[in-house]
Amino acid sequence: MAKRILIADDEPNIVTSLEFLMEQAGYETKVATNGQEALDLAASFRPDLVLLDIMFPAKSGYEVCQRLKGEPATRSIKVVIVSAKGRDVEVAKALELGADAYIAKPFSTRELVAKVRELLGNP
Amino acid sequence: MPAIALALVAIACVVLWSDFVPAERDAANDLLTSPRVGLLVFFAVALAGVLAFVTYRITAPMVRSARQVAEEVQLTAHGNPEHRLSLSCAPPLRGVVKAVNDLAGIRSQLMAEHAAAATEAKAQVDEERKRLAALVAELDQSVLVCNRDGRVLLYNAATKALLGGAENGAASDLIGLGRSVFGIIDRAVIMHAVEAMEQQTARSTRESTHFVTTTRDGRLLRVHAAPVAGAADAAGGMPELSGYVLLLSDVTEDVDADAKRVALFQGLVETTRAALANIRAAIENLTEHPEMDAARRARFGTIIRDEAVGLSERLHRVTAEVTERLRARWPLEEMRGEDLLTLARRRIERRAGLPTKLEAVDSELWLRVDSFSLAQGLSYVARRLKDEFQVREVRFRLAASGGHAQLDIVWQGPPLSSETAFAWQSEPFTSAGEESALTLTEVIERHAGEMWYQRDVPAQVAYFRFLLPLAGEHAVLRSRSALPSRPEFYDFDLFRHLPATDALDHRLLTDLAFTVFDTETTGLRPSGGDEIIAIGAVRIVNERLLQGETFESLIDPGRGLPESAVAVHGITPEALRGAPTIDKVLPRFHRFAAESVLVGHNAAFDMRFLQLKEAQTGVRFEQPVLDTLLLSAVVHPEQDLHGLEDIAARLGVAVIGRHTALGDALLTAEAFLRMIPLLAEQGIRTLGEARAASKKTYYARLEY
Repeated sequence: MAKRILIADDEPNIVTSLEFLMEQAGYETKVATNGQEALDLAASFRPDLVLLDIMFPAKSGYEVCQRLKGEPATRSIKVVIVSAKGRDVEVAKALELGADAYIAKPFSTRELVAKVRELLGNP
Repeated sequence: MPAIALALVAIACVVLWSDFVPAERDAANDLLTSPRVGLLVFFAVALAGVLAFVTYRITAPMVRSARQVAEEVQLTAHGNPEHRLSLSCAPPLRGVVKAVNDLAGIRSQLMAEHAAAATEAKAQVDEERKRLAALVAELDQSVLVCNRDGRVLLYNAATKALLGGAENGAASDLIGLGRSVFGIIDRAVIMHAVEAMEQQTARSTRESTHFVTTTRDGRLLRVHAAPVAGAADAAGGMPELSGYVLLLSDVTEDVDADAKRVALFQGLVETTRAALANIRAAIENLTEHPEMDAARRARFGTIIRDEAVGLSERLHRVTAEVTERLRARWPLEEMRGEDLLTLARRRIERRAGLPTKLEAVDSELWLRVDSFSLAQGLSYVARRLKDEFQVREVRFRLAASGGHAQLDIVWQGPPLSSETAFAWQSEPFTSAGEESALTLTEVIERHAGEMWYQRDVPAQVAYFRFLLPLAGEHAVLRSRSALPSRPEFYDFDLFRHLPATDALDHRLLTDLAFTVFDTETTGLRPSGGDEIIAIGAVRIVNERLLQGETFESLIDPGRGLPESAVAVHGITPEALRGAPTIDKVLPRFHRFAAESVLVGHNAAFDMRFLQLKEAQTGVRFEQPVLDTLLLSAVVHPEQDLHGLEDIAARLGVAVIGRHTALGDALLTAEAFLRMIPLLAEQGIRTLGEARAASKKTYYARLEY
């Protein structure tokens, strides 16, 4: 069975690309467009990995990450932050909150796919 | 003397007699009883008497004269140094007297030289202080000098203005000679800086200490502190810290602007990254998956175009915002017009490679300009003239016109269309090789000026004319108008360390800080519903009346104002409309009067009003109070009249501005200052002595 990836980003233009990329790489995807939806889908869709943006209007990616990593049920879900925030303090914060990887925008699609593969093993 | 001589003779006789053998006693008896012997004795006694008298006449004047001389020497030594001994003394003493007079002369001369040197030294020190104070007063930089205890010794108008920005001038009330700097800047922050400075002094390094602190009204001050070292101690060790100089600047706006700049930059970075990510991911998908279907391909194409457009728009917005910031923050400076032209010509010749010349230039003109952007603007115009119209030289004219300066950049050549002229004004300088994205229109706006293109057909020239602001006299005078007599901004006598623990009663009147105040009221019955409608006060520090440190406020009494009261002080109900109420004003006055002795004329009356307001305003005036009415009775006990005008007249104080609270406070203060030496003549020197003497006077027994 294909591994599942949840794409949580509120910008449709990046979501389109990420969806395409992940499907091409052989993963099953679902999209959340805000933090709450990401948490809900994490519970129902049960993804193996989340590509998570930080900047959401209400519930930030930091918070989503912290919640996922704080719950025993969701702790095993890998979290990859994909964010336009790139200052070292922001990277440090995300990793402290439990993120497994931090990819700053703009990024190389190949590297992103490689990072996802590395974290999930082959699909 | 004769008595002693007689006694000696008698004793000699008795001794002789007792020594005689009987035969000798008989012989002596015969001799003594013979009548001739009596005659002989008489002559002998007479001779002795004459001899004694003569001796006395000769020695007595000598003795008296010696005593007089001694007395006179005492007088010269301890009383009047200019006294010289009289030569009409016994002749043998004259030599001594002359020698003493010579000595006294030499001493007088030495004393005079000493006094002259001391006076000169003092005058020099005073002169230097005045020069320093004048210098500091002129500085735009806000300066505050404090002694080790944090008392303010010197400040300038810039400091007063900087701290006076607060609402109601509350912070400005807190600044004053002899006041504690801790009222303005947090004590812990200052103590930290003092410690740092002490360590530096100990290591004899001379770095300065910087810190940023907040004022009570929430503004940010950057403080630059530098130590003032005292004299080295007797053991030749390190000089101790005797005080410090604080340079203050209000960085609220700078910090604010910095924060906004950072936010702007941060925002730009983040949105750019996101957009680039979208574009890059889409392009990489397109190139790496050539097998993609047409619908998807079109979808990614749209993403790339939309993101690229969005990115351009964002950059444009940010650029506009930065330009706006630059415009808002660029200060205008005063500059000689000729210097501005020199700057512009150099730039044009170097950058545009175009020769320049001066036509009529008024070299006396001073402008108020942002010289850099103007020079850029002129250079931009020259560059476009050269590039687009092959102009080979530009010339400048500068003259005053109305309230403005008119600056022309003139050239010979084909006319510009009005469209071109307009376009030149509204296109950024970058279009002609300058770095700035400003436009001429913006530069002119910033100067509140005007510009236009014009042709002089007979002269066959065209020119752009710029109207620019002149440096007005008001700008030069601006910083000085607010406050009188500069020397009052300093008092270095406060450097003398006065232990804070000394009870005020033991302090000399000449050393204390006083707040001399007066109130105007609706009537004379404090407990009968009358209210304060004005308070005026002035400070005295180290026997100096500080004209620059006054307090004055009208107060809305919240009740009607009887005609009789208006007749006394001339304050009408209309004048009080909109004035603050007592619960706003008293706390301010309380701060103004902090750490000083209150002085008032008939102060008991004013104090009664203040006391009745304690519950309502929450402030208590607990400092000692002196009353000039009582002190006047101490100084002139035989006079009946001790009204303010009576004592002012007696003490030679000119009466001006009576019956305004501040006017009366100033008058009272002057009178009080003149009383201090008169009190000292009566041995009343300390606050405690003055209060005790006040209590004893007749007036003190009156109840108000």
